[in-house]
Amino acid sequence: MKERFLEISADADQKQEQQFAIWLSGDGIPFADSAAKAAYQERATLVKDAIQLSQKPGRIPICPSAGFFPIQYGGITMYDAMYDYEALKKAWVGYHLELEPDIYNGPSIIVPGKVLDILEMIFYQWPGHGVARDREYQYVENEYMQAEEYQDLIDDPTAFFLTAYLPRTFGALKPFEALPLFPPLNEIPLVPPTLMRFGTEQMQSAFQAMGQAGQEALRWRTAVGEINMRIMTQGFPAYSGGFTKAPFDVIGDSLRGTRGIMLDMFRYPDELKEACERLTPIMVKCGAAACRANGHIMPFIPLHKGADGFMSDDQFQTFYWPTLRKLIIGLINEGMVPQLFAEGSYNQRLDVIGDIPKGKAVWWFDRTDMKRAKQTVGKVACLAGNMPLDLLCTGTPDQVKTYCKNLIDIAGADGGFIFSSGAGMQGSKPENVKTMIAFAKEYGVYR
Amino acid sequence: MTEALIHAMVEMQEGAALQRARQLLDTGIDPIKILDACSNAMETVGKRFEKGEYFLPNLMLAGEMMKQISEMLKPLLKAEKTGAGRGKVLIGTVEGDIHDIGKNIVTFLLEANGFEVRDIGIDQSPQKFVAAIQDFRPAVVGMSGLLTLAFESMKKTVQAIEAAGLRHDVRLIIGGGQVTERIKDYTGADAHGPDAMAGLRITKKWIGGQ
Repeated sequence: MKERFLEISADADQKQEQQFAIWLSGDGIPFADSAAKAAYQERATLVKDAIQLSQKPGRIPICPSAGFFPIQYGGITMYDAMYDYEALKKAWVGYHLELEPDIYNGPSIIVPGKVLDILEMIFYQWPGHGVARDREYQYVENEYMQAEEYQDLIDDPTAFFLTAYLPRTFGALKPFEALPLFPPLNEIPLVPPTLMRFGTEQMQSAFQAMGQAGQEALRWRTAVGEINMRIMTQGFPAYSGGFTKAPFDVIGDSLRGTRGIMLDMFRYPDELKEACERLTPIMVKCGAAACRANGHIMPFIPLHKGADGFMSDDQFQTFYWPTLRKLIIGLINEGMVPQLFAEGSYNQRLDVIGDIPKGKAVWWFDRTDMKRAKQTVGKVACLAGNMPLDLLCTGTPDQVKTYCKNLIDIAGADGGFIFSSGAGMQGSKPENVKTMIAFAKEYGVYR
Repeated sequence: MTEALIHAMVEMQEGAALQRARQLLDTGIDPIKILDACSNAMETVGKRFEKGEYFLPNLMLAGEMMKQISEMLKPLLKAEKTGAGRGKVLIGTVEGDIHDIGKNIVTFLLEANGFEVRDIGIDQSPQKFVAAIQDFRPAVVGMSGLLTLAFESMKKTVQAIEAAGLRHDVRLIIGGGQVTERIKDYTGADAHGPDAMAGLRITKKWIGGQ
């Protein structure tokens, strides 16, 4: 098989510039006035300069991860936000326009509750459905794929998700167990036996649920589109334009679970590696397609099971990094800038993860030592993050300022830094968030 | 006789460890000696973890080996008391949080090290913690939580334990997600475990000798 995603392509620079040009132009955004458009372009340029490491931006762009903070800030519950799109709009717009971070975090993480209800989603609990109405939705980890099923996943990932994963993880999609294989649908005698699977009452009810959920998702999308326009027209570019994941995390988070994948590294090493390889092109397409559709440059990539402590350096380099690097290269070759959000700490990984082309990715850290990060991976990639959640939730504004100052001095020296929180800011004290944004904007000016 | 078993467990050779345990059983050796060998191996694995040579997957696999060998020995150990000699630990995920991976790993390690653990599950209110303490009378209470909302829940649980007059009977340890020393101070707990092994180490330090 042809090896892909190992080298950056000759036109990667050009593609990135084209994609940046689309994002920076703000075309299609009906800006409130010319000042708003200028502000949008200035903010996007701060981010571009920080990413490309080519020149010091005018100042450090302030891009905290909103998480669910706007919901509490707006005084509504998570249930309201997921079921009442008008309430979501009010809260979301309020946070962004009152606190004015440099970028806009779209509410794509505030998923519509009705869609989950219709599909009877099993792998999350959400407000009013397993968790209280004022709580955030939470993941229910399980072995949704058995270790013996690696070969099925490797043989045909899409078929595996359709006929095994979906029936186990959405109650309404249980009939998908009977979905046929599609490649055989290429000869006339195979048409009737393939299609008769769609004729059953159960299958039709599953498709009906899909259709209803899809319609609700479109209604939500319209509401989100209005929120986007309400904020972006005031001069705020979106922080990310897509979402994808490291292949290892797709398997570890969603299919095998933490315990499962940790044992698989010993018991099924070859199958695990091959499955990661099979998922790689799918995850490249997933991130690139969404960004292209949104005229954006950065797919958000939350990284979970490669953090310090979750595996040895050797295991990281054997199981986690090879296909994450391919994902990074694949996205760069599409003109995208992978936004790699490394939850937990990544102190043991800093040397390895710097093996990527210069000025083409963002490494966004949670609890990593930023001084060491700056000296290592910071030489090839823009850094972001590290404003700690425990401090934002329980500290004082003065403590927040002290931390901001130190963080900017260390990570912000000579550009290449996007100021951000270490994780989504839910639970933070509003006065701390306000202080952080205002102080970092002022202190982050390059003089 | 048990060296090969210990070696296989320490070196993460699952197949060899299980095979060796079975062979040992066939020789008619006292099953307690096999269990002692497993504990011995677990101790070495724990030390390697502390030194940064081993990581969570190693602890998981070592625990799995220990579990499978214990199952093998169970029919022969009927009369033996398990967990005797070491203290009792109550553990649960605090109110509002339904995550259990971290809690389960800590429970697993504590049990593998001979502690008697009662796991009260996820999303447990302060009242539930208090009632479980009154019933189980643990020496240590572990509170787990992945989300930032757990900070408040942990604090309220500590307050409820205090209000019930139980604060001096138990030591309180917290862990998970965004939990740090700052959160330990905020909640009024006695300690914070940055990882599962630290949770075990602190528990051992507190009540290991009892």
